[in-house]
Amino acid sequence: MNIGSKMASNIQPGEELLRIENISLSFGGVKALTEVSFDIKRGEVRAIIGPNGAGKSSMLNVINGFYHPQVGEVWYCGQKRKGLKPFQIAHQGIARTFQNIALFKGMSTLDNIMTGRSTHMRANMLSQAIWRGAAEKEEIKNRRFVEEIIDFLEIQSIRKTPVGRLPYGLQKRVELGRALAAEPVLLLLDEPMAGMNVEEKEDMSRFILDVQSEFGTTIAIIEHDMGVVMDISDRLVVLDYGKKIGDGTPEEIRNNQAVIDAYLGVPHE
Amino acid sequence: MFYRQAGDFKTTYRDDIQTFPLKQDRWGYYIVLAIAFLVVPFFINDYWTSAVMLPFLIYAIAALGLNILTGYCGQVSLGTGGFLAVGAYGCYKIMTSFPDLNIFVVVLLSGLITAAVGMLFGIPSLRIKGFYLAVATLAAQFFLVWLFNKVPWFYNNSASGQISSPERSMFGYAITGPNADAPVRYLFCLTLLVMLAWVARNLTRGRLGRSWMAIRDMDIAAEIIGVNPLRSKLSAFAVSSFFIGVAGALFFSVYLGAVEVGEAFGINQSFLVLFMIIIGGLGSIFGSFVGAAFLVLVPVLLKNIMVNWLGWPTDIAVHIEFMVIGGLIIVFLIAEPHGLAQLWRLAKDKFLLWPFPH
Ligand SMILES: Nc1ncnc2c1ncn2[C@@H]1O[C@H](COP(=O)(O)OP(=O)(O)O)[C@@H](O)[C@H]1O
Ligand SMILES: [Mg+2]
Repeated sequence: MNIGSKMASNIQPGEELLRIENISLSFGGVKALTEVSFDIKRGEVRAIIGPNGAGKSSMLNVINGFYHPQVGEVWYCGQKRKGLKPFQIAHQGIARTFQNIALFKGMSTLDNIMTGRSTHMRANMLSQAIWRGAAEKEEIKNRRFVEEIIDFLEIQSIRKTPVGRLPYGLQKRVELGRALAAEPVLLLLDEPMAGMNVEEKEDMSRFILDVQSEFGTTIAIIEHDMGVVMDISDRLVVLDYGKKIGDGTPEEIRNNQAVIDAYLGVPHE
Repeated sequence: MFYRQAGDFKTTYRDDIQTFPLKQDRWGYYIVLAIAFLVVPFFINDYWTSAVMLPFLIYAIAALGLNILTGYCGQVSLGTGGFLAVGAYGCYKIMTSFPDLNIFVVVLLSGLITAAVGMLFGIPSLRIKGFYLAVATLAAQFFLVWLFNKVPWFYNNSASGQISSPERSMFGYAITGPNADAPVRYLFCLTLLVMLAWVARNLTRGRLGRSWMAIRDMDIAAEIIGVNPLRSKLSAFAVSSFFIGVAGALFFSVYLGAVEVGEAFGINQSFLVLFMIIIGGLGSIFGSFVGAAFLVLVPVLLKNIMVNWLGWPTDIAVHIEFMVIGGLIIVFLIAEPHGLAQLWRLAKDKFLLWPFPH
C-alpha cells in the first residue's frame, strides 16, 4: 500500500475524490482557464470535452500539479492541496498519459512500465547496489504486477522492444500501461484515442472500462470522439474558451443548449 | 555447442532479469574472470602492467562512473579530470593523516569524498541542462585543478607541489610505493573494478537505474510519473563521482605513485574518459569496458607499429595517433552513437537466432 491508496482508503465509491474550486489559470495574456469548478467522484469515468484550445489539457496539468493556477483550490481526498511538486502528487496516487506521447524512448516497453511502478518501490541505494535480497525481491514482486498489466494490454510480444521503434497505437498502449503500473487512485487520460482507427478505439475503450471495473480506478478522460465519450463516461464537463459551459450525465449534456451552440457555432480552430 | 538462445526460454522473472541471460555469455564471463584473476598475474611484467593493464583497469572504473552520469542519466560532464583529482588528493590526505588505515578503505573513502564533491557540483543540473551543464562542469574542472595547485594544504606543503604516495600494504604485500610488484598492483585494481562493475550493474538494472534513464529520456514525464528529479540527478552525480574518485585514488596511489595535478588530471582526462564512453557505448556497462580497453590499447598498438616496427620518428607517430583517434570518434558519433557495445550486440543477434533468422 502506498501513500495514494492510504489517502483514498476512507473514500467510498460515489463520494467526492477530487474537487476543483474556482480555478483560473493564465499564461501571460492568454486565459487558459477561467473560474472553473467541478468534482470527480470515486470510481466514475469523468470526461472533459470541448473544442481545441478550450483548456482541457491545462486542466489535467493543474490536477497533477504541473501548472499552478493563479486563483482557486484543488481538493484531493478531502484535503486542500498546497505547494506539492508533480512527483509528490504522483505518489498520492494520480497518474496520467499525455496528449503527445511522452514515453522514455531509449527504454524497452518493460522498463517504461516498470518505471511507472516507482511509486511502489522503496529499496534504498545500498540494498540496490547489493541487489541480492531486498532489492531483488522487490523487483520480482513488482515485475509480477507489471506482467499482469502487459497481459491485460496484450503487449507481451513487444516486452523487450525499445518503445521508440513501436507504431503509434502501441506506444499509446504502453503509455497507458505505464500509468496503470502506478495502480493509481485517479487516472488522467489526455486524448488516449487520438489518431486511432475504429478498431483501435474499441480496444482502448474496452481497456478503460476494464480498468474502471477491475481495479476500481477513477478516470478523468479527455476525448474528442463524441460517440465514444458518451458511451464510456458517467459524467462530463464541457469547457469552451477556458470556461465551464456544461456539467452532467451524457443525457444532460446532449440536451444542453450552451453545449450544442458551442459545438455547432463557428469553430475557433 | 552453438551460441544461440533458440530453445533457451526463461521460466522465472529471476532468470529473466539476470545479468547474462544466455548460458554461453554466463560461461564466457566466468572464464574471463578466472583468467583475469588466476592466469594473468603469473604472466604480466612491468611493461604490460604500466602501459596497458593498470590504465585499462583504472580508466574502466572512471568510464563506468561517467557512463552512469552521462550515458544513463543524460547529464553531460566535462569535469571528470577534476573529480579524478579529488579522488587522488583525498587519497593522499587520508593516507598521510591516518598512516595505519588499510589502503583498501582509504581508496573507498576517497570515493566517498569525491561523491560528496560531485553532488555539490551536481546541484546546477537541477536548473540547467545539456550544453550549459557541460560548461558548468568544465568550470568545476578548472576550479578543482586550480584549487589543488593553489592551496598548499592539499599537498602537505611539499616543495615540488607534487603529491607522492607512501608505501601501504595488505596481507604483507606492498600495494603502493616503489616496492609494489606488478601482479599485486594489478590484482588490487582488478578487485576494485570487478566489485564496482557489479555495483554499477545492480544500480542500473533496478528502480534507481530506470529513474536515471527516465530523466535522460524525458525529464518532465519522469517527474509526473513519480520520479523525484532532485534525488535522481544527485544520486547519479554521487554514484558517478564515487567511481571516478576511486579511479583517481588508484591513478595516484597505485598507478603513478606521484602526481602533479595539472599534468595528471587536466581537461585532457575529461575528454579522454568521455571519448571512452562514446566509443564504447553510452548507457552500457560493457561499453565502458570496451571503450576503456580501446582507447588504452589503440595508442600502444599504433606506437608499437609506427615507432618500433616501421621505425618512424616519435613526433610523427604521435600526430598520426591523434588523427586516427579523432577520426574514430567522429565516425562513432555519426555512424554508431551506441558505440562498440552496440556493434557487438548486433553481431550477436545475428548469431543468436541462427539458423532461423525469422
Ligand atoms: N505552457 C503554456 N504556455 C502558454 N500557453 C499555454 C500553455 N499551455 C496551454 N496554453 C494555452 O492555453 C490554452 C488552452 O490550451 P490546452 O489546455 O492545451 O487546450 P486543449 O487541451 O483543450 O486543446 C491555449 O490557448 C494554449 O495555447
Ligand atoms: Mg489538449
